[in-house]
Parts: sequence; C-alpha cells; structure tokens
Amino acid sequence: MKLRVSKKKRLSGSIGGDIAIFLMLAIIGLFMLFPIYLSVVQSLKPPEEFFIFPPRMVPINPTSQNFDELFRAAGAMWVPFSRYLFNSIFVTVVVTVSQIIFSSMAAYVLSKVKAPGVRLLNRSIEIALLFQSTVTFIMVYMVMAKAGMIDTYFAITLPFIATPMSLFFMRQFMGQIPDSMIEAAHVDGAGHFRTCWQIVMPNCKPAWITLIIFAFTAAWQITGWSYIFSETLKPLPTVLEQIRLSGIARAGVGAAASVFIMTPPMLLFVFCQSNVIETMAHSGLKE
Amino acid sequence: MDNTTPENKPVKRIEDSKVRYTLREMRRNKNAYAMLFPYFFLFIFLTAIPVIMALPIGFTNFNMVNFPPKFVGIENFQTLFMEDEVFLLSIQNTLVFALITGPLSYVLCFLLAWFINQLPGHLKTIFTFIFYAPTLAGNIYATWQLVFSGDAYGLANAYLMDMGILNRSYEWLIDGDTILGVVIIVQLWISLGAGFLAIRAGFQGIPRDRYEAGAIEGIKTRAQELLYITIPAMGPQLLFAAVMQITASFAAGDVSRFLTAFPTTDYRAHSIMNHAFDYGSLRFEMGYASAICFILFFSMLLANWGIKKVLGKYLDA
Repeated sequence: MKLRVSKKKRLSGSIGGDIAIFLMLAIIGLFMLFPIYLSVVQSLKPPEEFFIFPPRMVPINPTSQNFDELFRAAGAMWVPFSRYLFNSIFVTVVVTVSQIIFSSMAAYVLSKVKAPGVRLLNRSIEIALLFQSTVTFIMVYMVMAKAGMIDTYFAITLPFIATPMSLFFMRQFMGQIPDSMIEAAHVDGAGHFRTCWQIVMPNCKPAWITLIIFAFTAAWQITGWSYIFSETLKPLPTVLEQIRLSGIARAGVGAAASVFIMTPPMLLFVFCQSNVIETMAHSGLKE
Repeated sequence: MDNTTPENKPVKRIEDSKVRYTLREMRRNKNAYAMLFPYFFLFIFLTAIPVIMALPIGFTNFNMVNFPPKFVGIENFQTLFMEDEVFLLSIQNTLVFALITGPLSYVLCFLLAWFINQLPGHLKTIFTFIFYAPTLAGNIYATWQLVFSGDAYGLANAYLMDMGILNRSYEWLIDGDTILGVVIIVQLWISLGAGFLAIRAGFQGIPRDRYEAGAIEGIKTRAQELLYITIPAMGPQLLFAAVMQITASFAAGDVSRFLTAFPTTDYRAHSIMNHAFDYGSLRFEMGYASAICFILFFSMLLANWGIKKVLGKYLDA
C-alpha cells in the first residue's frame, strides 16, 4: 500500500541533477554490462567472424550454431553433458533446500528463543561473516580429507550449506517479527518447531526468497576445484572451463556455455528483486 | 538450616542454584537446541574448526606425505617472514589491493546506491539489476580474457591499435606492469555484491517524513539531504557493507588465478590467498599453508575490528 503524501515528488535537488545522475549511472552501467553483453555477442557469432579486425560489437550473421555445437560436442564427450547438468542441478537443489531449512530453524532460535548459549552463538555468527568459503576452502580441504569426503558429492554440497551469511540475513529479518505473535502461538500450545514453520516462516517470505536467490547463485557456480577428481561427479562450470581452454576455435562454444550458465541466476533475480531489497533493509550490523 | 558456616553457605547456595537453573533452562529448551543442531553441526565442522585449526596446524610440518605431522614450533612463521620473499611480496600486493579496491568498491557501492535511489521506480529496478549482474553472472573470466588478450584479437589491443595509440599488440595479462591494474579493474567490476544491495535497501528503508521534516528545516540540496538525514539513518547497513567489501578485498585471489596464468609473472599480482592456494592445493604443504591462512584470518579480524571502531564512532550505529 503506497500512500502519496504530497504531489511534489522531489523535496530537494534539481532536474539538471536528475539528468546528470542518470547519465553517470548509464555510463557505469555500460561498463558493468559490457562483459555480459560481449559473452552474448560472442555466443552468437559464427567462427569466421572471430577473425575480423578490428573485432565487431555486433554479429553480422547471428547464428545458433554455437549452442548446437555445445550440446553436440557435449554429447560426444567422455562423460555426457547431461551428467554434468545433472550434477549441477543435484548440487544446487541439495544446497539450496538444506540451506533454507537449516538456517531458518537456527535463525528462529537465535532471534526468538532465550536459552543458555544463544547469545554466544549470535556473537559468533557476526564474526563468522568474515569467513566465507572463498577464504576457508584450503582449511576445509583438511577436514574433508580427514573425514574421507574428498571426491564424493559431500565435498561439493556440505561446505556450502551452513553459510554465515544466510543465517545472518534470516536472523535479522526474523528479529522484526513481534514477540507477541510468538507468545500467542505458545499459548495456543504450539512448540518451537511448529511456531517456526507455521507462524514465523509465512511472515518471512521475502527473507527466504532472498536466501533462495543467494544460495542458488552460489551453488550453481560451484566448481569443486581440488575437492572433486572424478569426471562423473564434476558440475557444469568445469565443462565451461574445459571448453575455454581449448582455444580460439572453440571461443564461440565457450561463450555459449557461459551464457547458458549465467542465465538462470539472472532470471531468478529479475523476478524476485523486490523481495531481496526488502530483506536487505534489515541486514544492518550494530557495533 | 544449620548455622555452622554462616559466611560460606549462602554464597554456595546461590551458585548452586544458578547452575541448576541453567541446566533446567537447557532441558526446558531442548527442542530449541534440536533446531539449532543441523546448522551448527555443519557450521562447526566446516567453518569454525577449519578457521580455528589454522594456528595449531601452522605449528606443524603437516604435508600429507610425512605422517604423523611433527611439531615444529614457529618455524613456519619464521620462514614466512624471514626467508619467503614471495610471501612478503604477496603481503605488499594484498595491501595495495585491499587499500585500492576495498575503499573504492565501498564508495562505489554507496554512490551508486545513492544515485539509484534518486531515480523513479522502474529505473531503480533496472539499474539495481545491472550493477548486481556481474555477481550473478559469476565466473565469466573468459570474456575478460578476450578483452585483455595479448594478441591483436583482444579488444583492448584491437581498438588501441586501430586508433593508433599502440603500434603492436600488448600482453596485458603477462606483462608485469599491467597485471595488477587489470586484476583491480576486474575485481571492481565483480565487487558490487551483498554490501551494495544492503546499502541500496537501506536508502529505501528511510521513512519519507524524515525528508519532509528536513525540507521544512531548510535542507535544499541533495548533498545536505545525504549528509544530515540519509547517512545517520543507515548506520547499520553502512557498517555491514564496509565489513563485506573490505574483507572481500583482503581475501581476493580468484580473479588473478582464473584471469592470468598462475602464478602471475614475477608474482606481480600474487596475493596472500594465492600464496596459501599455492602451498595448500598445489604443493600440499598443509602446515605451511595453514600458517599463511592463519596470518590472513588474523589480519581480517584486525581489519574488521578497525572498521567497526572507526565507522562505529561516526555512524552511531
């Protein structure tokens, strides 16, 4: 529900300023979009157009040849493309679903239950925000090796589930749900578990949609470098890397693979952006 | 109640009941602990223990071949700071990198979010998507390789040669003088992540009546609005974004690893993270790699503490 308080849209600033701001954003925006645009252009170029000098920013004869080639070459690989695709989808689904379930339950307890030790966990989560998987992966390797999980599906799913970021966002969002709602549920005889799933979660829709986007984006890009050696367990981005390394003759196919990989997270974000913004509004840290 | 030890008894009884109270509270909340379990089980084994173990393993010569690992005291740290010139160079690179990309990406996040917030509804949505798109697109390093490719088909070379600025192709990703610059550009390109979204959302969350009150009080320009109303109202988001951006630039290393050869020419863009990767994932000198990781973790904690101290004072968060 939007209430227009006053007819005048802007309280300060000028129209000239508006235009200057728009132009500045447009220029920086072009820089941000350029590599993505370039991937799309490259994926639509037939092979001979890669050798035109100077390179052109629009394909002369756009073709879907590269995409056909991607699926055909992929079909002829030692391990079929569908296997990589299955691995990626499997990993993404497992990581996303368990991340949402585990971190929602934990976030509920951290924000709404007063029990011994909860305060300590709350503190540790804010420190843990620093240690994303990009920093810890070498140390995680040792734990994984010790547990015998290297080169299994566990190695590319388990380390990406309990991310501090997801718990943090969920906890911040749940923090603003009134305690009276939870007390009312307890009075009606609901335990913590039922309160969490039937009362709190339906009121946190923006938060879990945001978590789905973040989890999906991260999981979809998992490569499993140094965690996975069997070709049959490798996820999709590794194929992209293999094609890319085969040189300029396969450049178009490589670009097609990039486009194929980056499209799903982008679509997801486009459809859910307002939920993300609503969740992030509660993401502040307090000192 | 006997009065034989009047001084000790009451104190002891309070302590006793405190422990019992805690135990009772824990028993009463056992369902809550059960709900914490799945997350924290994974968290402890795959985040907390790896981070904490960096120091003890850093004191050993653990290398996956010699078993069991031997305790070597501070030898690894001594080697790192006294003999390993590449490590010292990587510290320097990481600092240059963190001091440039950290603050720059933070300011970029803030300015872009502020500009976007000045636009009408649909444009807001479109621009937010555009700036966040690199994070969503993830690892399209291949395209950046095409831009900075060393032959005449690389875009940077082709256009600069076409315009007559260069007269022969330039090895952007191999020449030691340009590697760090290129890596910084790509890192900035990919740096508008969660911190950017948090600030962007923070702007949206400020109630309009504050601006109206400000307008009545005599605020006329956008700059005044920003300084007196907006920034004070979004301290927590600004703090969150600062922690995200600056620690991310400390941990940078993926960009140079995928974009250029590994390691880079003369180690010109070699970061601490790259050094840890070199020893941990290629040479399997785990003890040494753990020592490097420990130094990295420690400096990140230090940076985090510093940011909170400095910003906390101004932001009143």
